Amino acid sequence: MTEPAISFVGVWSVIIGAGVFLYVLLDGFDLGIGILHGFAPRAADGEVMMKSIAPVWDGNETWLVFGGLALVTVFPLAFAIILPAVYFPILVMLLALAFRGVAFEFRFQDPGSRAFWDHAFQYGSIVATFAQGMVLGTFIQGFQVEGRQFAGGAFDFLTPFSIMTGLALVFGYALLGAGWLIMKTDGALRDWARQAGRVCLLVVLLAVMTVYVWTPLREPIVARRWMSWPDVLFQVPVALLTVTACIWEWRVLGGTKDAAPFAVAIVLFLLSYLGLAISVWPMVVPYRFTLWEAASSPSTQSFLLVGTLFMLPVILMYSGWSYWVFRGKIRRDLDYH
Amino acid sequence: MNFDAVFLSRLQFAWVIAWHILLPAFTVGIASYIALLEGLHFSTGRAVYLRVSTFWIRIFAVAFGMGVVTGVVMPFQFGTNWSRLSDAAANVIGPLLAYEGLLAFFLEAGFLGVLLFGRKLVPPWAHFVAALMVAFGTLVSSFWILSANSWMQTPAGYTIINGRFYPTDWLQVIFTPSFPYRLVHTVLAFYITSAFVVMGVGAYTVRLGRFAEEGRVMVTTALALLAILVPLQLIAGDQHGLNTLQYQPAKIAAIEARWETTAPVPLTLFALPDQAAETNHYALDVPYLGSLILTHSLGGSIKGLKEFAPDERPPVAIVFFAFRIMVGAGVLMLALVVAGLVLHAIGRLFSNDWYLRACQLTIPLGFIAVLAGWTTTEVGRQPWTVYGLLRTADSVTPSLTAPHVLVSLFLYAVAYVIIYPTGFLLILRLVRNGPGEEVAIPETPVQAGRPAKPIQDLPPLPHPGGLP
Repeated sequence: MTEPAISFVGVWSVIIGAGVFLYVLLDGFDLGIGILHGFAPRAADGEVMMKSIAPVWDGNETWLVFGGLALVTVFPLAFAIILPAVYFPILVMLLALAFRGVAFEFRFQDPGSRAFWDHAFQYGSIVATFAQGMVLGTFIQGFQVEGRQFAGGAFDFLTPFSIMTGLALVFGYALLGAGWLIMKTDGALRDWARQAGRVCLLVVLLAVMTVYVWTPLREPIVARRWMSWPDVLFQVPVALLTVTACIWEWRVLGGTKDAAPFAVAIVLFLLSYLGLAISVWPMVVPYRFTLWEAASSPSTQSFLLVGTLFMLPVILMYSGWSYWVFRGKIRRDLDYH
Repeated sequence: MNFDAVFLSRLQFAWVIAWHILLPAFTVGIASYIALLEGLHFSTGRAVYLRVSTFWIRIFAVAFGMGVVTGVVMPFQFGTNWSRLSDAAANVIGPLLAYEGLLAFFLEAGFLGVLLFGRKLVPPWAHFVAALMVAFGTLVSSFWILSANSWMQTPAGYTIINGRFYPTDWLQVIFTPSFPYRLVHTVLAFYITSAFVVMGVGAYTVRLGRFAEEGRVMVTTALALLAILVPLQLIAGDQHGLNTLQYQPAKIAAIEARWETTAPVPLTLFALPDQAAETNHYALDVPYLGSLILTHSLGGSIKGLKEFAPDERPPVAIVFFAFRIMVGAGVLMLALVVAGLVLHAIGRLFSNDWYLRACQLTIPLGFIAVLAGWTTTEVGRQPWTVYGLLRTADSVTPSLTAPHVLVSLFLYAVAYVIIYPTGFLLILRLVRNGPGEEVAIPETPVQAGRPAKPIQDLPPLPHPGGLP
């Protein structure tokens, strides 16, 4: 195919980047609720925590499907290389998501086996998040590629680095979940969430600093890029802002504003995400294929772009409406009748 | 049979899609049924419609949750197990799948929360709109996924460069020759499946006597819908068959287990097809009937399997039997609908216990037909993923080894064997509880002797439910 005068790769990179980030935020806080679920001090708190996300969790998870489908459509080469490379983390993530997803209804409808499905909800959330973190770590590590296919082993993903990113994401999502809880509850549960948030924040700070030191040591390409001009212009401020955001988050977790911890946690995630994006740009299969090399045909990109540009605002509008309907602190009387 | 990564990946795909398809087969129809009931309640104000709707919403919630989590599994299969298909065909089928997510999944998920939990928070018309949007979303979803499937069955609007597919005409890609037939046939099948579930559950409720009025509403609405849908499906199925004969003659030859090209073609009611010997054993043939059904003429001829190279033939026995199970289920459905209409005409629909019992027993009929039909069309298009162009064996991920797929297949098997029976038992329990006003489910159970959350701990309501 001849390359067209106008390329949509840039637009698509922004859209998919934003879509993945939205997924991380949205499913992040509801997976985070799952991670914290069993640690809540009182049994009744678990009910409130579930209720705070029951109407929105599957809308949140839809961004994962959208991310996957947009990736296969716009960057099929990346999809065809990355997914086989993380065969087992993806498998484990999907199964864990399945168990935690059905737990919402199953535990509600069947008090007799509620304890089992409570565990399924919590462990499912932890395992799914850990698997996603490992996928992230594997992505930063890069892939062994021959031609247009993944050529490494099925367990290449399993390294100390990916285990570290897996753990980091568990605490990161739990931080988002704590922020959501502070916003949606009050009383003893909110106070507990503020403490839980601080514990998670400490681990997240440690993990972010470790990634900043470890990544350039592991990947000379990243090291060169961080030190090189003008990338250093982006990377240094982002790193400094990240540390500032951590301190800020620590303060608002101990403060009195109920929406602030969630909001600042979002800022913290955004900065970490930007730091990662700057490090791998413009690679979509790190250190092997750029976004442009992995892109689908221009006709494919433009055909989907038309609908996406039209639909995304509409989707954001009615998803926003759904959040608006369930706004405010949790009400206990919202069941199916 | 070779237990390699290709075969095991196919088995894994069959396993996850077969379980998943049971849920859309049910929820596509139930979503529309709920919207219908909400609409009837909204326009007539009769409380019984609201009670029946609330009852089905509870069941829908369980099934839809299972549909979501087993559905999330599906697109990832293309990457983990079928990466070469993804690399080769994503230019063309990628947008069809992505549009399903964009236009359908978000719509369903966005309005589902309001449908399930929002009755007290939004005005009645907004709740009705939410029901309509969820139902519409399930139909849009069917449109795009079947469009993608149809392109793989009867590809059009593409060109091949260096072994990869490139789109040339998007309208041709979306509306391939088999798509309109497949879409109508499948959506009708989903509606019929749901209607038989509603009719069976209604019959059970009537027989129980506790919620007889609600049960009668279910039976009569379902029977009325089936009286239209089942005859339509006979026509749609016949037309789909003619279309398949034109574009996938090898599939038709396998469905009918025809080895030789003959005219007139007999219809083989039963046989044991023998792929190696290229013949049928114990065949029970009816002369001329094959020509009549397949070509709508007495002397019509169809291509036999021997006209296709042995490595381009689908596994005949599976396709042959799956098709017969589907048609058998269809004949039984038609008989049930006719019997129901006759009983209704003589005013004995609800006094005939045998008929109500039969309705209860035939609840799974639609699911059986959907699975058999899906098996027919998917096994019948083998050995291809993109018909006639890309072989299944060339579509699999090259880095995969058989033990890896065996592990993932085993884990999917274990997970679904836990999740599906649990969901099924919960739905059964909801059916037994019946369409009452309230279901006795303790809100905050006391676990391990710890006290439940005290009520005074609760925040005041932030805003009154039910806007003007």
